[in-house]
Formats: sequence, C-alpha cells, structure tokens
Amino acid sequence: MGMTLTEKILCRHTHLDRVHPGELISARVDLALANDITAPIAIAEFRRAGGTQVFDRNKIALVCDHFTPNKDIDSAGQCRTVRAFAREQAIVHFYEGGNCGVEHALLPEQGVVLPGEVVIGADSHTCTYGALGAFATGVGSTDLAAAMLTGEAWFKVPESMKFVLTGALKPWVSGKDLILHIIGRIGVDGARYRAMEFSGETLGALTMADRLTMANMAIEAGAKNGIFPVDDTTRAYVAARSDRRYVADTSDPDAAYRDVLEIDCSAIEPQVAFPHLPSNVRGIGEVGDVRIDQAVIGSCTNGRIEDLRVGARVLRGRKAARDVRLLVLPATPSVYRAALEEGLIAVFLDAGAVIGPPTCGPCLGGHMGILAAGERAVATTNRNFVGRMGHRESEVYLANPAVAAASAVLGRLAGPDDLP
Amino acid sequence: MKTLQGRIWTFGDNIDTDAIIPARYLNTSDPASLAAHCMEDADPDFMKKMKPGDILVAGENFGCGSSREHAPIALKAAGIACVVAKSFARIFYRNAFNMGLPIFESGELHDRVTDGDEIEVDADAGRIRTVRGGGVLAIEPIPPFMQQLLTDGGLMGHLARKAAGRAERSPA
Repeated sequence: MGMTLTEKILCRHTHLDRVHPGELISARVDLALANDITAPIAIAEFRRAGGTQVFDRNKIALVCDHFTPNKDIDSAGQCRTVRAFAREQAIVHFYEGGNCGVEHALLPEQGVVLPGEVVIGADSHTCTYGALGAFATGVGSTDLAAAMLTGEAWFKVPESMKFVLTGALKPWVSGKDLILHIIGRIGVDGARYRAMEFSGETLGALTMADRLTMANMAIEAGAKNGIFPVDDTTRAYVAARSDRRYVADTSDPDAAYRDVLEIDCSAIEPQVAFPHLPSNVRGIGEVGDVRIDQAVIGSCTNGRIEDLRVGARVLRGRKAARDVRLLVLPATPSVYRAALEEGLIAVFLDAGAVIGPPTCGPCLGGHMGILAAGERAVATTNRNFVGRMGHRESEVYLANPAVAAASAVLGRLAGPDDLP
Repeated sequence: MKTLQGRIWTFGDNIDTDAIIPARYLNTSDPASLAAHCMEDADPDFMKKMKPGDILVAGENFGCGSSREHAPIALKAAGIACVVAKSFARIFYRNAFNMGLPIFESGELHDRVTDGDEIEVDADAGRIRTVRGGGVLAIEPIPPFMQQLLTDGGLMGHLARKAAGRAERSPA
C-alpha cells in the first residue's frame, strides 16, 4: 500500500520509513508561525519552559496582522511583546508596519513557504499553504512554543479524503465557490481530523490564488490540512519567489483514502454561505432578497490581487449602494501596490469604497469594519459564526469577490449577472 | 485523575471558539480577563449563571474554528471543571490537553441531560454517572499519549520531563 501526499511529506520529516493514518509521530517543522494574538502566549510558554534561544531563527515567522495597525493600548502591548521577542531572537521573518500583510497571503507571496514543507502556525488558517503542496496545519500557542524550542511537533497522521474535481468553471465561479460548495456538501466537521486532498482535471484551470483560497478554508470543514499536488502553476509561482530547493511529493497510485468524492465543477454557480456556519451554502440563484449594510473584500481567503481584479471588474463604472459600506483591504503591501498601479484602487474609490490597510481587522470582528446589532455583511472572508464580525446579533454572508462587489452595488445579495 | 462532580450547562453542535471567547477580547491573554467573557456569544448571561466547578456538555465538533488557545484558557479560568462533548474539533482538542483543561468524549451524554443536572466524571474508570436517574455512561478512552500529557501537566511539562529523560511514553 502506498502513501498519500500528506503521509509522504510527514514521513520525510521523521526518521521513519513510512507512516500510517492514526499513528502518532514527532515531525521536524520547516516553519512555525504566529501572529500578534497568538504569539504572546507562545512567547510566555517558551520563557516559562526556560527557553533562551529558538531552534532556528530562519524557521519562525511572526506576523503582526490581526489587531494592527494597533487598535487599542492592549493590542499595542501585544505587538510590543512580539517585536521585543523577534529582536531578541533575531527572527528573520518578522513582519509589522509597512512590510506586514495578512499572514497567509504574505508568507506564500514572499516565498517563505515551499512545496513539501511541514508548517505549523498558531492560526487555524495555516492550512492555506497546502495550496503549494506543503503540509500545513493550525495549532495552539503551546504547540507553537514547543516547536520554537525543539523544532518539532507531534501529529496524529491524518486519514486522507480525496476530492476529484472535474468540469469547467462557470463564469464568476472561483476557488471560493468550489470550497464553499464542498463544505456545504460534507459539513463543518465533514473532514474532521483528516487531510483534504484535491485532484482532478479542473486543477489545471485553477490559479494559485484559487488554490490558496480553497486550502485556506479546509479548516472550515474541520480538516487538519488541505493539500494540492505540485504542478506547473505551483512551480511557476514558487520560481518567481524563492530559489530555495524543495521536494515535490506525489500521492502513490495505490495510496489509501478514507473517502473519494467526485465534484462536478461545471454544475456549481457562485455560492453564498448564510449565517452562522460556512456549510450553510446556497447558490446565488437561491439567495432571495437579503439586504446588506456592508461588503468586505479582503482577508487571507480573498484579499489577493486576483481577488481585487475581480472585484474591480464588477465595480468599474458603478457605485456601491448608498446604504452599503464597501470596504476593500488588500491583503499585503505588494497587493496594495499592484492594485494602485493597475488602477484598481481608483475603481474602488470611484465606487465609494473605503480602502483599508492590510490587516485581518474586520474578518474576526477585531476592528475596521465592525457590525452593529441587526446589521448584515457580505464578506469574502472565511467564517460567519455568531458575532464573528461584531455584535452577536449581526450576520455575515460568505461569498467570492464578484458576489461581494455586485451585492455592494445592489444593496442586497446578488451576483454580477444581476447587475443592470 | 480525581473524579469531577458538577452541575452542567448544555450547548449544541459546532460551538466555535468565537462563541467560547469572542475575538474582540483577544487583545489580552490574561486568563481572568478572558474568563469574564467566556461563552458570551453563545449565552450572554453564562458567566452570571455559572459557578466554578460546573461542567459543559456539548454536541458535535465543540471548539471548531480559530486555533486560539484563549478558548480553553477562558474555560479553565472561568472554573469549568471539564467539557464533555460528542466530539471535539481537532485544534481545540490538542490545545485542551496541551494546557491542561480536562475534556472527554461521550456520544450519549448530551442527549440525556439538561441544564442544572449533576454528573460525576470518573476519568480513571472511564465513565460518567448522571446523579439524577443514576445512569452510567462510558466515555471514550483517552489515548495513552494524551494521558501522558495530562500526567506531565501539559505539553511543556511533558517536554521538560522528556528532556530530563524521565518520560515514559512519547510519540515516535
């Protein structure tokens, strides 16, 4: 019996010849990351354990992206803690201020994560890097502290589920819609403890941005990781960003899967996840009349330049409805610059958008776009739990950038094809 | 591990970490400050009603969503003795063991009890007794490695013991 892509990557990071689903292993990590919310606890645990030096200052990333620009005095204190630790330990990949972006958009963009690597992050959307063919999973701060000390982490080798994607995408359908559709099909715990491995002919048509969006939301199905095979798209993306060597593993033909699900992508229309679970999805044709107060384009899920281009394509020559607050947050400084140079920022400003800095801000109800009781937002983000973007009586509808933009114009949930 | 007896509060399926501790309060990691808002978006009055030693009983996928360790920290600091759920999301499961919040899986308990009931959790014997009605339910056994984490006082304690060459069990 062969091994899956996930099993092979994990195995290569142990002293074992092979690993089996369910087995507990200790694996070397190539990158351990944390943000301004989770790093302070990890740093405290690191010190409490008597830690004086991290295992490798090149293999830790600290990204102050959640409550930044510092939203209040306590948040500023958390960033100060992270900054002091980063300086003390001479952490190479420390980001704040003008070089900082939303971590899971920033690190792949900067070539910090490569195929075949094992990455853990004290942030649940660390699974994003599976798009590059890496094994990447979210952990808590204590796990992160242990990895900063030892360079290793313990894992239960997950069973893999294979998603075979076939068929061409309809207009305005993107990776966001595929993953929302899949989560709607299997549920928010449908891949609990498992690896979601994507395969099939449709992959060739998916950009790296699409794949990053899909792997990003594997956690919303409860998965340990989402993972894509390495292909020419991956190689080209990585070649433009890093000259480090990497290993491109592939699943063996006789690898064992817990489930194999066929997804006919040609049948999928733009999807919207209704409150209060990412699995509560409907096609854009079935959303009914849902008025919105805010539209957010941004986040680690959909704040990349490709997402902004789609949003701008819909918004060009149009305006957000008078009662809608349209927020656009480029996920990284490079995305921001590209959007400026391509004229997208002008399109957004003309549409009446507020352009925010690269930050997680509104996605998790931190700042820069909080909802009052009774308000509704359509957002390109990843979670629509109770209170996620503000008051516990507010609502979040998850969608792709085209739907968010069209909804902003019409003041209600809508797709681009609904625009006059 | 000592037997835990307490009054229970029930919650449904997919209680996410934003419900356990909303992100708006994550500008601190101080346990007492986090505890003040524990379960706030699931039940705004929860902290007024609960008493230290109480037990949470939930449905499937407890702790889904964010990896924030602030969630088990808030529960523990609020005085929640343990959480018994039909199942746990994986990052929450890890975090709870890593930082020493006792959690147990029972497929049946949630459907048999209501708020205010008392239960007794005997981890060593692997069972839960409902005080009203006297029913006895099995809990899923805790894997040996996770038991070792609990014994060693969480992951950092485990690593310290391992470094000292005293750990009896460790993965791989």
